[in-house]
Amino acid sequence: MLGRTLREVSAALKQGQITPTELYQKCLSLIKKTKFLNAYITVSEDVALKQAEDSEKRYKKGHSLGDLDGIPIAVKDNFSTSGIETTCASNMLKGYVPPYNATVVQKLLDQGAILMGKTNLDEFAMGSGSTDGVFGPVKNPWSYSKQYREKRKQKPHGEKEDSNWLITGGSSGGSAAAVAAFTCFAALGSDTGGSTRNPAAHCGVVGFKPSYGLVSRHGLIPLVNSMDVPGILTRCVDDAALVLGVLAGHDPKDSTTVQDPVKPFTLPTLTDVSKLCIGIPKEYLAPELSSEVRSFWSKAANLFESEGAKVIEVSLPHTSYSIVCYHVLCTSEVASNMARFDGLEYGHRCDIDVSTEAMYAATRREGFNDVVRGRILSGNFFLLKENYENYFIKAQKVRRLIANDFVNVFNSGVDVLLTPTTLSDAVPYLEFIKEDNRTRSAQDDIFTQAVNMAGLPAVSVPVALSNQGLPIGLQFIGRAFRDQQLLTIAKWFEKQVQFPVIQLQELMDDCSSVFEIEKLGSVSLKQ
Amino acid sequence: MTGLALSCRINKKSLFDRKHYFYADLPAGYQITQQRLPIAVNGSLAYSVCAGKKPSQVITKTVRIKQIQLEQDSGKSLHDELRSQTLIDLNRAGVGLLEVVLEPDMSCGEEAATAVRELQLILQALGTSQANMAEGQLRVDANISVHHPGEPLGVRTEVKNLNSARFLAKAIDSEIERQIHELENGREILNETRSFDYKLGCTMPMRDKEGKQDYRFMPEPNLPPLLLYDTASLPPGADPQQVINIDWIRERLPELPSETREKLVQQYGMLPEHSFALLNEVGLLEFFQNVIKETRAEPKKVTSWVLNIFLGFLKQQNLAVNESSQSPRSPARSSFTSGESVGRTDQKQGACCWSASEKCHGPEPSPVTPAALAELLSLLDRKAISSSAAKQVFEELWRSKGKTPSQIVSEKRLELMQDEEALERVCHAVMEEHPQVVMDVKRGNSRAINKLIGLVLKATLSRADPTVIKEILEKKLSS
Repeated sequence: MLGRTLREVSAALKQGQITPTELYQKCLSLIKKTKFLNAYITVSEDVALKQAEDSEKRYKKGHSLGDLDGIPIAVKDNFSTSGIETTCASNMLKGYVPPYNATVVQKLLDQGAILMGKTNLDEFAMGSGSTDGVFGPVKNPWSYSKQYREKRKQKPHGEKEDSNWLITGGSSGGSAAAVAAFTCFAALGSDTGGSTRNPAAHCGVVGFKPSYGLVSRHGLIPLVNSMDVPGILTRCVDDAALVLGVLAGHDPKDSTTVQDPVKPFTLPTLTDVSKLCIGIPKEYLAPELSSEVRSFWSKAANLFESEGAKVIEVSLPHTSYSIVCYHVLCTSEVASNMARFDGLEYGHRCDIDVSTEAMYAATRREGFNDVVRGRILSGNFFLLKENYENYFIKAQKVRRLIANDFVNVFNSGVDVLLTPTTLSDAVPYLEFIKEDNRTRSAQDDIFTQAVNMAGLPAVSVPVALSNQGLPIGLQFIGRAFRDQQLLTIAKWFEKQVQFPVIQLQELMDDCSSVFEIEKLGSVSLKQ
Repeated sequence: MTGLALSCRINKKSLFDRKHYFYADLPAGYQITQQRLPIAVNGSLAYSVCAGKKPSQVITKTVRIKQIQLEQDSGKSLHDELRSQTLIDLNRAGVGLLEVVLEPDMSCGEEAATAVRELQLILQALGTSQANMAEGQLRVDANISVHHPGEPLGVRTEVKNLNSARFLAKAIDSEIERQIHELENGREILNETRSFDYKLGCTMPMRDKEGKQDYRFMPEPNLPPLLLYDTASLPPGADPQQVINIDWIRERLPELPSETREKLVQQYGMLPEHSFALLNEVGLLEFFQNVIKETRAEPKKVTSWVLNIFLGFLKQQNLAVNESSQSPRSPARSSFTSGESVGRTDQKQGACCWSASEKCHGPEPSPVTPAALAELLSLLDRKAISSSAAKQVFEELWRSKGKTPSQIVSEKRLELMQDEEALERVCHAVMEEHPQVVMDVKRGNSRAINKLIGLVLKATLSRADPTVIKEILEKKLSS
């Protein structure tokens, strides 16, 4: 049951094949069994049980709220959840319990979703590995998969001798791992420079970044206000579209959401791609790109071509400046957004009370890790009066150029761009930490962060397994506010590539029933 | 609205910025303001100051408005010296404010106080704010510098913590004095922030603000540019709930104080200084207008009674007119989250805190209604009572609520004698009884007739009109 898609489970709930509390118990038990992945910071057992019970009552009466009613989900721990601790994986917010729900969380709860818990991340969503949070790193479930272990000639029933376990990517690694390990059907992540798409690619799940302005950021603890969006992680594209339908729309509490009303939609099943034009940006052929990813990228392009689509090479000339530009703008906004953490109103406060300044300094030193502090210092440097023109303003201008690159390409008739999501498959943690956070981010965000600067929608779709037996994902980038079109194409592509299901049975001997890949013929998908 | 009333140019596009600094009453670590491009610029405010001793010598001065900007309020810090701690009240943090920046065109405390007073009246007329300084609805910071004529402006100091126009004037004048004194003694003026010490009557440096700060201004990413339209630029099919049309607002601007005063002078023939006095007291104008409506007495009489007698009583007993209707809410709402400045009580140092939702207990309302005064003035106008009787009635009205002037007049038997014949007989009798005085009058002693009038008044128990008495006496004396 846990291996099914959201729609399938929803149908099963409606038909009474399984009850919300049963579904809840299965997920909860799996969460406990996969605790070693460290995907969850907080498991909201009691809250979720109550939600499941309420959902069950609704189903009994035949008054289900919709497709999400009774569906277990997880939320990244940088979204405010009322009554549930929200930490951003930082000492600064340890023990902080928000008094309100983020808009996107509220929308999910209003549809009857079951909030299983808050997932782990890099501290304040800064990082590309989900390794730098105070609750420790998240482990990629694929480290324990049959596919990976066989390739490494490891005993399938091996202990968790996982000294060489793999990272999930980041910063929404917890959410990606939670979805990949079947502990929930969908998870919310956030995406500022690729933080949803990166871990999605490394964990073999779908990671969707909506257009900026489509989904409310109210309650998402901000990193870079002009680039953050809530992200959606699911096991298939259709599920992501379903969740988007619930989340999208104007929010009066977020002035950066667009006013246009959003109608609920179902993704059409594309059969004919001959009218599509796929763009391949030549600047994305980076030298650091692994040959495997490059090969899959190539194969994907060929696939479209063979099915009749037009596939052309395009140019995004300012790509090489985007890392630096992103760095300046990101750190500047971070410096500003982190100013509110002063230990006075909420969160961590140090013991010093000699003076306010001394208290600020100690609180912020104790509360933030090196990565966060580094970005604050950089950002403040760029915002100084004497530097503002040369750094911040310049970066904004470059950002405009980068955004225009995309506009020009789309104006020339391209429907979507096809690019890699990451440079390679997931690397072991021990190797990842050899470089610092900033270096890694600069490397790993290369294909994803220009999208955030341009505010475009993008989705990472798992394509195939690497030689190591690890997932590789590819990214589609769409036109602003054409999220539906983007997902439609992604759905077609997903069907073509038939990415394999992760095989984790060996690790959970006594849970094998959970992972039976059941034949689904008998399930009716009618509402 | 405020921008239009102050003759500003309204920027159809204005931007929001973050101003960063760390302070305990600034929970976000930054304040949202409009540094790059405020909502209105380049306006002017006209006010009238007394040129000389006489109240009638008023001249009009203008102070330029540099800009009007929207910004957020911070919380409030209460310093507890005793326990070396600071208490922070965050209730008003984040609430929207309107800041009016005036150019340094004023040259003394009185000019500044008058300009501020006029601004208060304008804000009240528009409904933008009640602008009560004591309640913190209007906060004023003064920037003061001195220089020799012809030279550039000197180093300025900022004076904060002023909660009335009177103290504003005092603070400014004392600061000017201080600066001149310092400079004449060869010292320099520091660019610092000072607060006004009410007890000492002078400014003192504030501990907290030190040195120049780099506020690291950055555009506010969560608030898109604020776009306003006029009729020409209004996009077709625009939802009226979502757009603001400057022309539409301009057409609906309420009457400004200067217009109101002009009208009063024209309509009622009153002196300009009277029009100022009527507007300066909250609710007095409306009271005045209500009285005028209900009596046929001459406007000048009404003016005189309202300003001298009525207002006199009010001031003596510290009462308010309490005739003013609730100020309407500012209609210029925009579609982003920003509150209005609500009345907050001011906290004196170390005193107890008032909750933000309680209004300060204001003075009690006056016991004399416009209808009562109107009736009284009508009686006077009809010569049913004398002037002095009217004053007595007024006093009684004030003391005992509920009674009408007519009731009081009959209770106290204050009606004027209407019977002219009877009055003539009294005059005749008095003239008979005091031949010496009559002789004095006939000899040309003008003051003597007043004595006669006084005697007649006494004889009639003050129930005769002195003017009529004088007429009768003169008629008799000349015959």
